[in-house]
Amino acid sequence: MTQSEPLLEVDDLAVEFRTDEGVVKAVDGASFTVDRGEIVGVVGESGSGKSVTAMSILGLVKSGRRAGGTIRFRGRDLGALPAKELRSIRGGEIAMIFQDPMTALNPVVTIGRQIVEALRLHDKKLAKGAARDRAIELLALVGMPDAAARFRQYPHEFSGGMRQRAMIAMAIANGPSLLIADEPTTALDVTIQAQVLDLLKVAQQETQAATLLITHDLGVVAELADRVVVMYAGRVVEQGDVITVFTEPRHPYTVGLLESLPRLDRDVDELHPIPGSPPSLLAPPPGCPFHPRCPLARDRCRTERPPLRAVGAAHHSACHFAEELAAVVPTEVTR
Amino acid sequence: MAAFVVRRILVNIVVFILIGIGVFLLVRAAPGDPVRMMIRPEDLQEGSEGFIQARRAELGLDDPVLVQYGRWFLDAVTGDLGSSFISREPVSGLLLERLGPTVLLMSTALGIALLIAIPLGTIAAVRRNTGVDYAAAALSLGVISVPSFFLGIVAIYLFSLQLGWLPSSGMSTPGGGGGADILEHLIMPAAILGLAAAGPLTRYVRGSLIDELSADYVRTAEAKGGSPVRVVGRHALRNSLIPLITIVMINIPQMLAGAVVLEQVFAWPGMGQLAVRAVNTQDYPVIVGFALYVAALVLICNLLADLAYAVVDPRVKVT
Repeated sequence: MTQSEPLLEVDDLAVEFRTDEGVVKAVDGASFTVDRGEIVGVVGESGSGKSVTAMSILGLVKSGRRAGGTIRFRGRDLGALPAKELRSIRGGEIAMIFQDPMTALNPVVTIGRQIVEALRLHDKKLAKGAARDRAIELLALVGMPDAAARFRQYPHEFSGGMRQRAMIAMAIANGPSLLIADEPTTALDVTIQAQVLDLLKVAQQETQAATLLITHDLGVVAELADRVVVMYAGRVVEQGDVITVFTEPRHPYTVGLLESLPRLDRDVDELHPIPGSPPSLLAPPPGCPFHPRCPLARDRCRTERPPLRAVGAAHHSACHFAEELAAVVPTEVTR
Repeated sequence: MAAFVVRRILVNIVVFILIGIGVFLLVRAAPGDPVRMMIRPEDLQEGSEGFIQARRAELGLDDPVLVQYGRWFLDAVTGDLGSSFISREPVSGLLLERLGPTVLLMSTALGIALLIAIPLGTIAAVRRNTGVDYAAAALSLGVISVPSFFLGIVAIYLFSLQLGWLPSSGMSTPGGGGGADILEHLIMPAAILGLAAAGPLTRYVRGSLIDELSADYVRTAEAKGGSPVRVVGRHALRNSLIPLITIVMINIPQMLAGAVVLEQVFAWPGMGQLAVRAVNTQDYPVIVGFALYVAALVLICNLLADLAYAVVDPRVKVT
């Protein structure tokens, strides 16, 4: 394994769900990489396939089926690993933080035991007492006041923010090299969101783990991420360095997302939502999936699916006319 | 907790008294006359009428019903439920003597039911919509559909008459006895009663576990690296069995009804057998006593279910 090889490499991933109405292609050819220690934000609206992509990495998509592509972690194909080896990676080298801390913790098991379980699953020799001490340490690390007392409490005795802290403590328990956070702040009060984001930063610094941050919130990405992957209708439509993507977007969907944000730094008379709604994944439109909503769409977009291609240094876009956006988008549209 | 228990017990006492009134009035409202039931029709003669009247007076049956109830109630609060019209033995003694065998039969049956239902329901849920699941569904439906007395007769024919493995009736061999002997007698009725209860319980465990398996915390447990056995056993199953407590408690009176029938088939010396005989002879004090024992059993089971919830589910606080 060379240093230049990415930590995580998702290549042409496709995930399908069979429903009564037909096959839903939730993820349809998504590719991106995560390097050691970096924070990659994956953004997109509901149904863009970002959560399914995140779940696929650890093979946690229940009813769906991997229809193609590979997911490599440190050069190993996660999809081809025997169940036992995959389990040693789950919660070990790759850990997840879920969206809703209200339901993601077992209601009848104490917080402490749930963290101890995570520790002892990956270190069979760890004694109970030592695991307990380590768990309390972890709770203290994530800013849990009175961690020793909290250790013995049940999830229902915690607030949403505290539960998410406990989830994070559990996720970093085994010093993962990749943290996958699936909408970690979406279910929380706005006032708590900032605290949890700060905590994610702390956790990332503590473990030096690369982080894959799934969110629909561009603000969260701007705050935390080094790089951003924009997903639409199960595909990656643009990816690159956060500042580059936000200041020089090269996909009309990204432009639309940025324009639909409220802004504090200058007067905006009205918000500009993207017209239309995301396409049905049962019958995605031919060609570029964004063309029905795209102001730049022409005939080619309706027939030919645009590949993800380089449009700058470490900047990729899946738009036939990405270069035109350089002229269309004045840099002051974004921050 | 203590306050909850006291309050519930007080409520239960009121319910218990109301059940007593209901049963007491109902048995006396039923057609027929216990004294006439004692006399074979061919023995009825000219002079019998006087004897019957005397006997009725002796048993207190010629008083107004409310007077009878008042007399019975005042005795009952001291623990005296009266005496059987037939054997003249005190009702409490008769029932107590038979409580043991019935409780033994029912608790064994319940244990068997749970030992079948929990593993089978779990396998059916984990492997849902596969052959195993369908087989479990067919088995459950089968034991629900076939009446237990029929199964009992078939079992006696097979295991007692044809194979000669197990005794066909009673609770112990006359002159014999001992634990092993009782166990041999217990196997068939308990297994059949347990099997009948296992049917619906299996379906319930399956449904409840399927719900839990799609819960977020199950995915969390998987994401931590837990094995399937651990994820199902330690996480999902534990949560899915909490509502099972209620189902089991609701099932207990139903099992008792099944036990009454099976005790007849297997001549098991339990309360069911006593109750059927009492109903046939219109032995009022025994019927009322039996009904009160059953009512007490149901009320106690319900109270225990509520308390069990508080023990196994940390979210439930009884106050």
